[in-house]
Amino acid sequence: MESISDFVQYLVSSLSVGGLYALMALGLVIVYGISQLINFAYGELIMVAGYGLLIFGRSWLPWLIVAVMSILCAIIFALGMDQIAFKPVRNASPTTMLITSFAVSTLLQNIALLFISPRPRAPRLPSIFVKSVEVVGIRVKIVDVIALAVSIVALIALQIFLRKSIVGLSLRAAADDFTMTRLVGVNANKVIATAFAISGLLAGIVALFWIGRIGQVLPTVGFQPVLIAFIASVVGGLSSIKGAVLGGYILGFLTIGLQTWLPQDVNAYRDAIMFAIVIVMLLVRPEGLIRPAFSRETR
Amino acid sequence: MTLLYLSKLNVFYGANHAVRDLDLQIEEGEIVGLIGANGAGKSTTMMSIMGAVKPRSGAVVFDGRNITGMAPEDVLKLGIAPVMEGRRIFQSLTVGENLRMGAATVADKDQVAKDIERWCILFPILKERYDRPAGNLSGGQQQMVAVARALMSRPRVLLMDEPSLGLAPLIVADIFKLIAELRSLGMTVLLVEQNVRMTLNIADRAYLLNLGRVEFSGTPDQIRAEADIERTYLGGGQTSAPAASPATAS
Repeated sequence: MESISDFVQYLVSSLSVGGLYALMALGLVIVYGISQLINFAYGELIMVAGYGLLIFGRSWLPWLIVAVMSILCAIIFALGMDQIAFKPVRNASPTTMLITSFAVSTLLQNIALLFISPRPRAPRLPSIFVKSVEVVGIRVKIVDVIALAVSIVALIALQIFLRKSIVGLSLRAAADDFTMTRLVGVNANKVIATAFAISGLLAGIVALFWIGRIGQVLPTVGFQPVLIAFIASVVGGLSSIKGAVLGGYILGFLTIGLQTWLPQDVNAYRDAIMFAIVIVMLLVRPEGLIRPAFSRETR
Repeated sequence: MTLLYLSKLNVFYGANHAVRDLDLQIEEGEIVGLIGANGAGKSTTMMSIMGAVKPRSGAVVFDGRNITGMAPEDVLKLGIAPVMEGRRIFQSLTVGENLRMGAATVADKDQVAKDIERWCILFPILKERYDRPAGNLSGGQQQMVAVARALMSRPRVLLMDEPSLGLAPLIVADIFKLIAELRSLGMTVLLVEQNVRMTLNIADRAYLLNLGRVEFSGTPDQIRAEADIERTYLGGGQTSAPAASPATAS
């Protein structure tokens, strides 16, 4: 390590990327927890929000409004997915649900391909996405600091929601024992819809920073985030919210760490090295870093 | 006053005729036992009352209202709360959160707070373990959580399915004492049990089921007098079930 400055830069980048990965993983885990569905169409929610940025961004509206509208689009699509595609297969096998999610993913990608463009498009982005600031001699990207702050605020807000509100409690209860949650009088469909809405909200927030970082949106833009989210949640433990967050941050530190310290000529193999580390972690702890505290009883 | 009655109830699981022409009634403030061997149709009867199983024919009438085939959440809102076999508490939620979930249908926050306080006084263990994950509690304590959770919706009838299953004999005695206490609070209880001796000790009346039919019904004394029935169907009345319960309804 060259200096304190490098280290702080590394820390800020890792925490910001890790925070985004954590939000991505949470979006998967919150739905998986109550419905045993690994929603691979989650990446397309990020795509939807990305195209929202592109389309609404052409108007005169201030960017913040555009961002909020894009997040709303992701939430609406998440709810729509649940109602149209997943509700009919709710009692089907996990495999059926998984294949359904692939179908939804492919369908949405192709719609974007046909009706918008197969080529990358650059949405209007505010200048903070490229600016840096210098604080006591250390240069950090503003967008990193914002991403870091937004992800932490979102994580805390979600935690409060899950602990304090009756809807949040119902979500956690449903992940424990879905049938019993219905038997205490909770509307099952409402709980699942809430999980999808949260998933869409998280995808929307992630999309702002993901698209902001790469500067463009294209039909396959959601593939990498959903892969990262899946790996992070598997590393952390698929049935645990804490696990998803931990897995996200670990993956963030790994990605940025390898990028920073790998020699130039090895950097091309960065992803391969990262996956190798993930495989070793899973060999040591196949159930993920955070085991479910109580074994889920199958009913 | 008859609070709940079943008339000519028939339930099928596929070709299996699980409950046959069953008539049953519960007066307000009574503890009614539903006893019989495994597979006699006890749990199925309870599930049909709570709306988890749809009967093929017959009626479930609660407080003068036909509730046959109603969804479980609607039955609950009318005032019938189940305490399921195997306790079915939310293990990763704290004891307090379990209680709040029991009141998921209650909009009045003051009422919820007041009820939590009330049941914490009746079951001191709940207060002691209030912020602990409910899954860390012992079987008997979890049963307390399950009962208190059911009470949180302020039901008029409590349906209890095998509350003694899988618990040590001493704890079983505690649970039955608790059920008797509930009656003194004005609760009406339908108690599904394999533990016949203990059930007859606290019940006002009981129904003995065999192969989906009511074989005999009456007061505990009348049932005890039918010693043959006890020997034939109940194996002399165990005091406890030794093994941990499978979570499926029998």
